[in-house]
Amino acid sequence: MATWNDLIEGQGPDPFTFGPLTRTDFVRYQGASGDMNPVHHDEPFATGAGYPAPLAVGMFVAGVMNGYATRWLGPENVRRTRMRWKKPAFPGYELTVTGVVLARDEAARSVDVELTVTDQDGDVSVQGWMTFVVPA
Amino acid sequence: MVAKSCVGVVGEPFEMHIELGKIGEFAQATHAVMDAYLQGAVVPPTFLTTDFFWKDRQPGSDAWEAVEMSEERGMHAEQEYVFHGPPPKAGDVLIGTCRIDDVTEKISRAGDRLEFVKMVTEYRDKETGALVAESILTGVERWPAGEA
Repeated sequence: MATWNDLIEGQGPDPFTFGPLTRTDFVRYQGASGDMNPVHHDEPFATGAGYPAPLAVGMFVAGVMNGYATRWLGPENVRRTRMRWKKPAFPGYELTVTGVVLARDEAARSVDVELTVTDQDGDVSVQGWMTFVVPA
Repeated sequence: MVAKSCVGVVGEPFEMHIELGKIGEFAQATHAVMDAYLQGAVVPPTFLTTDFFWKDRQPGSDAWEAVEMSEERGMHAEQEYVFHGPPPKAGDVLIGTCRIDDVTEKISRAGDRLEFVKMVTEYRDKETGALVAESILTGVERWPAGEA
């Protein structure tokens, strides 16, 4: 876990890559989260809606991104997290999470970071912004 | 099309128990296995999304039902969680209340019509009434140019 002095604007931890994504990843996340939208696991439903295959649950991908950040800055320290979906992911995709420090607030002893999930083509799938407190 | 009448709808308060096993299951499903989660010291930042289970069994609690968003055309556009201290821990009991804040419409560069809906959920500690966390969810329904 990073300490205050480790946190330098524009820098972050090593990237984390996961995948190739499987339908099982989506089903497992849906079971854990309670989001049962069939577009993420029911092939005829997904193709009927115009997708080539069931699409990754956005909150699954974002959940991995959030976990990357709490591993970096501490699960107890998170105070805000915001995520925006840019491009859907599908089975077979390989995704990479990266994060950098945006700003440090010396007085509040908090840090704002930016997270990005990129797919195998280099396209941004999810973007995130989080605020953590950094205990002494 | 989403139901414009959903704006201002407030769900019945629902009870949500923060459970150790559920936290671990969620952490495993998101490649986030860490001691703090396996021991239930705190929940992962996006864990409150599991309030689906609690709203499901408490009729009238899910204000989102009033939106009538299509499962085929609907998408999660943006999500935010704010924690007023460390995230909740195993054993906590929260009272959640969700409300639909607004519906806005935009035309994309490609000419698609986008309907955005924002739902805010407040989570309070059942014992103290203190505001523990907030969720701000933005969903979007996309209608290709010419279809609606």
